Amino acid sequence: MPGKDPLLHSSVSLPEASAITSAGASSASREWVQGLSQTAKRLRRHIVTMLAEAGSGHPGGSLSAVDILTALYFRIMRHNPRQPRWPDRDRFILSKGHAAPALYAALAEAGYFPVEELRMLRRLGSPLQGHTDMTATPGVEMSSGSLGQGLSFGLGVALAARLDGKDYRVYVLLGDGECDEGQVWEATMAASHLRMDNIAAIVDRNQLQLDGWTRDIMSLEPLAEKWRAFGWHCLEVDGHDVEAVVSALEASRQVKGKPTVIIAHTIKGKGVSFMENNVDFHGRSPNAQELAKALEELS
Amino acid sequence: MSAAAGIKSIREAYGKALVQLGQINPNVVVLDADLSKSTMTRIFAQEFPKRFFDMGLAEQNLMSVAAGLAASGKIPFASTFAVFATGRAFDQLRVSIAQPGLNVKIVATHGGITVGEDGASHHAIEDLALACALPGFTVIVPADAPEAEQAVVMAAQTSGPFYIRLARPSTSVIHGPGYRFHLGQAEELRSGGDATIIALGLMVVPALEAAVSLEAEGIRCRVLNMATLKPLDTEAVVRAARETGAIVTAEEHLQHGGLGSAVAQATAQACPVPMGFVAIRDVYTKSGKAEELLRSRGLTARDIAGAVRAVVARKGR
Ligand SMILES: Cc1ncc(C[n+]2csc(CCOP(=O)(O)OP(=O)(O)O)c2C)c(N)n1
Ligand SMILES: [Mg+2]
Repeated sequence: MPGKDPLLHSSVSLPEASAITSAGASSASREWVQGLSQTAKRLRRHIVTMLAEAGSGHPGGSLSAVDILTALYFRIMRHNPRQPRWPDRDRFILSKGHAAPALYAALAEAGYFPVEELRMLRRLGSPLQGHTDMTATPGVEMSSGSLGQGLSFGLGVALAARLDGKDYRVYVLLGDGECDEGQVWEATMAASHLRMDNIAAIVDRNQLQLDGWTRDIMSLEPLAEKWRAFGWHCLEVDGHDVEAVVSALEASRQVKGKPTVIIAHTIKGKGVSFMENNVDFHGRSPNAQELAKALEELS
Repeated sequence: MSAAAGIKSIREAYGKALVQLGQINPNVVVLDADLSKSTMTRIFAQEFPKRFFDMGLAEQNLMSVAAGLAASGKIPFASTFAVFATGRAFDQLRVSIAQPGLNVKIVATHGGITVGEDGASHHAIEDLALACALPGFTVIVPADAPEAEQAVVMAAQTSGPFYIRLARPSTSVIHGPGYRFHLGQAEELRSGGDATIIALGLMVVPALEAAVSLEAEGIRCRVLNMATLKPLDTEAVVRAARETGAIVTAEEHLQHGGLGSAVAQATAQACPVPMGFVAIRDVYTKSGKAEELLRSRGLTARDIAGAVRAVVARKGR
C-alpha cells in the first residue's frame, strides 16, 4: 500500500480531491498487482480469524470472493471510507449476503471502521451482523441474507443513478448457487430491457452451493450463454487472478447499451487447503486448530 | 360525516394522486408489474414516462428494484394486485424493504373478494395479515376515493414502508371535499353509546347502513373508520370499549390477522368487552359477482347489524 494512511490508497478517491478517478488499465504494473495480492491475503486472514472467533458463519463463499472484492475496493471503485454515504460513490452490493465476512474485511481494510471491530462479528450489539445489514454497518449498501434479491436491488440503485444523471456504477456480486433463484433472471431480463450499462454483475462461480456441486444439485451450464441470451455482455475470468479481474471490471465500464456480467471462476475456500473445494466449509467456522493451520498457510 | 357525493373509482383516485405527486416531487417514481391498466398507474406513466417502470410480470424483482430506488433517495410507488404484492413477493417485502425500513410505498389494488369473478387466486383475503406482520410497515385501507387520494399523498410525505390496499369496485363517496385524512387516527363517522362498529375499506359503508337500521331498534352505534390499520389507533379502540361496552369489527379479509385481531388485542390488554367479528372465516371463496360474494361470506350491513345485536345482548352478562 502506498503511504501510511490506508485511506490514501490509490483506489480510494476522496470527493474533495481534484481527480476523482480510479486507476486506468494502462497503469498496470507488477507493483500494484502485488499490492492487491497482499491485501487479498490480509482479507483472507481476517476472514478465518473473525469466523473462528464468532464460532459460526460461512468461510467457503467468503474466501472465494476475496480477490473480486479486493479488485473492487482497492482498484476499481470510486469511494470514500470517510463518507460512506457520499452520493457519487460507486456501489458494491453483496447479493450473496452470507459472504459478509469478506465484505467486512474489505471495508475494514479500506478504512470504513477499525480492523479490530472485525472480532465483533455476529455478537450481540455488533455492527457486523451475520448477514449484511445496511442499517448496521458503514459501507454496506444492502441488507441481504435471502439469496436472489441483490441484482434487483442493484438495478433500482442503477435506475436512480440514471434518473439523477449521476455517473456512479453499481457492482453486484452473486453466488453461482444463487443463480438458481428465479428472481435473478427476472432482474437479468429487466436490466437488459432497460439497457442498463451502469451496472455489472459478478458471479462467484465456485461450483459449490450448500448441498454440493452445482452440477449435481442444479445444473447452471451453459451459464455464460444463459446471460448472453438474456442480453448481457458476458466475460469470463479466473476469479483469483486479481489483475484479470481488474481488467474485466475495467472492460465492463466500456460496454454501452447493455449490462455486463463477469463470470469469475473461483475455488470455494480459496487460500486454505483443507477448505478448498470442501462443501463442509460452506457454513462451518474453523476451530482453534484449524484456524492456526489456516493462518500458517496464509502467512 | 360529510355529504356523500355519488360513486367514484378508488383506483382512478390513486392514479390521479400519483400525477399530483409527480408534479410536486421529482423523486416520485412508479413501478408496476404488467397491470398498469388495472392499477391505474398508467395515468402516471402517460404523464411521466421517464419515471415509470413497467417491470413486467415479475413481482419479486418489482419489490427489490423499488427498494434499491428508495435506498438511493427516490420515493417509489410499486403497484400490482394485492394477492401478488404480498403473496408472491413476501420475502422481498421482508428482506429488501421491511428489514432496512426503506421508503417504499406499495399500493396494492384489487384487495379483498370484491375482485369477484376472477376467483380464489385473485381474492386477497390474507394480504392485511401479511402486511401487518412486517415490523415497521404502515398499513392503510381507504374507504373511498377522496380518502385513497389523501392516503397516497400522506404516504409520499411520510418516511418508511407503506402498504395501501385499494378496492377494485367504485364505491360510494362518504368523504366531502373538506375531508382531511389523519394518519394513524380513527375517524368517527357516527356517534353512539350502545356499541361500536369499527370498519375499514369497503365495509365502512355497510357499517354506516347497519348503524342506521339499528338506531330504529333503539341501538345507537358509534362507527369508526379505521383506515390506518397499522399502527392501530388503540386509544380510539379502548375509548370505544370503555364508552360503548361492545365492539364489532368489519373487514373484507380473513378473520385472523387483520382488523378484528388487532382490535381484540388492543381491548384484551386494556378493556375487554364483548366483541363480534364480521370477516371471512377460514375458507377461500369462489367466483361470483362482488355483491354475491359479500353476501355469501356474511359481509353485508345485515350481517354487521346481526353481530351488533349479539354483542349488545352479551353486554354486562
Ligand atoms: C432464499 C434463500 N434460500 C436459501 C438460503 C440458504 N443458503 C445460504 S447460502 C446457500 C448456498 C449458496 O450457494 P452459492 O450462491 O453458490 O454461494 P457460495 O458458494 O458463494 O457460498 C443457501 C442455500 C438463503 N440464504 N436464501
Ligand atoms: Mg457457489
